[in-house]
Amino acid sequence: MTLLIVEIAALTKIYESKLRVVAVDGVDLELKQGEIFGLLGPNGAGKTTTISIATTRTLPTSGTVRIDGIDVVRNPAQARRLIGVVPQFNTLDRSLTVYENVYFHCRYFGFSHSQARARTLELLEQFMLSERKTTYPAQLSGGLAQRVQIARAIAHRPKVLFLDEPSAGLDPQSRMAMWTIVQGLRQEGITVLLTTHYMEEADTLSDRVAVIDYGRVLALGSPEKLKQTFGAETIFDLKLKSLENLEPVLVELQARGGVTSAEATADGLRVIASSSDGLLPLLVQATTSYGLRDLTITEPSLETVFIRLTGRDLRE
Amino acid sequence: MSNSTFFLKAFWGLLLRDLRVLTREIVPFLLRVGMQPLLFLFVFTFILPRIGGSANPMTAAAGASFGTILLPGLMAVAIMFTGIASVALPLSTEFGITREIDDRVMCPLPLWAVALEKVSFSALQSIIGALLVIPMAYYVPAVPVRADIYSWPLLALVMVLSSLLAGSMGLAIGSMVPPKQIGLIFSIILVPITFLGCVYYSWAGLSKIPWLQIAVLFNPIVYMSEGLRASVTPSITHMPWWAILVALVLFTAALGKLGLRGFLGRVLS
Repeated sequence: MTLLIVEIAALTKIYESKLRVVAVDGVDLELKQGEIFGLLGPNGAGKTTTISIATTRTLPTSGTVRIDGIDVVRNPAQARRLIGVVPQFNTLDRSLTVYENVYFHCRYFGFSHSQARARTLELLEQFMLSERKTTYPAQLSGGLAQRVQIARAIAHRPKVLFLDEPSAGLDPQSRMAMWTIVQGLRQEGITVLLTTHYMEEADTLSDRVAVIDYGRVLALGSPEKLKQTFGAETIFDLKLKSLENLEPVLVELQARGGVTSAEATADGLRVIASSSDGLLPLLVQATTSYGLRDLTITEPSLETVFIRLTGRDLRE
Repeated sequence: MSNSTFFLKAFWGLLLRDLRVLTREIVPFLLRVGMQPLLFLFVFTFILPRIGGSANPMTAAAGASFGTILLPGLMAVAIMFTGIASVALPLSTEFGITREIDDRVMCPLPLWAVALEKVSFSALQSIIGALLVIPMAYYVPAVPVRADIYSWPLLALVMVLSSLLAGSMGLAIGSMVPPKQIGLIFSIILVPITFLGCVYYSWAGLSKIPWLQIAVLFNPIVYMSEGLRASVTPSITHMPWWAILVALVLFTAALGKLGLRGFLGRVLS
């Protein structure tokens, strides 16, 4: 039997201010020990709020989160020993060097001087940061700062690591390096929950993915399973100069075999089809009189799953 | 390890971190704390008495005994100033801009203890700041001012309570004032409470302006100055010690509660 390390049950968070915002709306998730779990959704979907609650930084309106059996609302200080957090922004201690950032983090978690020193040196070596020991965070590039943050977050050997948008603001090389690091954590047996709005990231890294939007889990499973279940479809996005009188084209397309849906978008139309044989010439022909100016084809991927589920583009 | 050992170790870790940062910035710290009392003593107890009686009407007021009034007052200002500078300023930036407080908030420690560590460490700095004033008052004035310690336990109690009070006030300000406006705090809070805090005159001296004598009772610095007066320069008429201690405790509790609420409000949503 696999051990459940994170149990999120019926979690809701409602912000009651001028505007009532339901940020998390009944989320249930269970993470198995050692897996890398991706929480995928557009900005504002409720990913960060879910992570904030799980990491004791936000109080839920209702529902529970347990980390290794410990309730994070009832025993936040105890729960914090089991988790490591890499937040969206660079929160490194600006008054301390890279070495000291990791060293004092260890001290906060009860390490003695020599234990903290040994662990810090080991991590800096492992993350190729040894040369930056005496550098201050303000002088680090985004990718390096991210690496220090990950090193710091796992310094006290947590069971679960939360990575909130780990690749936001990273250049492609740094992102690849970060992926390698996260995959390396698997060998150490650390369970990882990461949020992302990058499809490739979720696809490459995660054992399982939950697609989340408007505070709800829309789909859950391995990337392969999600693609099979929801997204063995190709998406054609057409940009048109004239959007008037599109109705007859939509009706014609919908009637065609293999087309799942055809609908108008803000600047053209979108066709989702399970079989794209011969569809391309037909689309071009049918829309030429509307001034077809661009056509994008998205092959089956987590992205198509996402668009299918939420009706919106991910990178908005 | 039991929970309480864990908490103590985490608390100790936070203190070590603050100590590391302080030792690295010891010179700016000393300048920040020492500059104001140094200049004050220099102008009022060195320059003015030397200029001579008739040349400047202020000299009459700032006589030889002025230094004796000033010493406890300047210690009180040093305490308050340090409390605000060492908690409110960094906290406001850490909350408002960099969020670098996050890692310390994520310590395996209850959040109130994280706030308590901030206040305790600031209190330590406040005490150093106040003690610095004593040698200054001896060496700078034309006529040396000696601290004539009347009661060590009272001095210790007043110093600790005053420092905790200043730290709590720093916590309240730091967690409630956005970083953009933090500079304004010095003009609209710190300057008025110092000038009206019985720093440059004793509370008993205010009996000629009864409304002001009552009004300043709402100013916590008054009790710090008077408390230090009672323990460092007992020859000057001062408030009764028990009233001072009660007021210091009440102000510390009220500001501490306010500060903690502000702190929790900022780190927990």
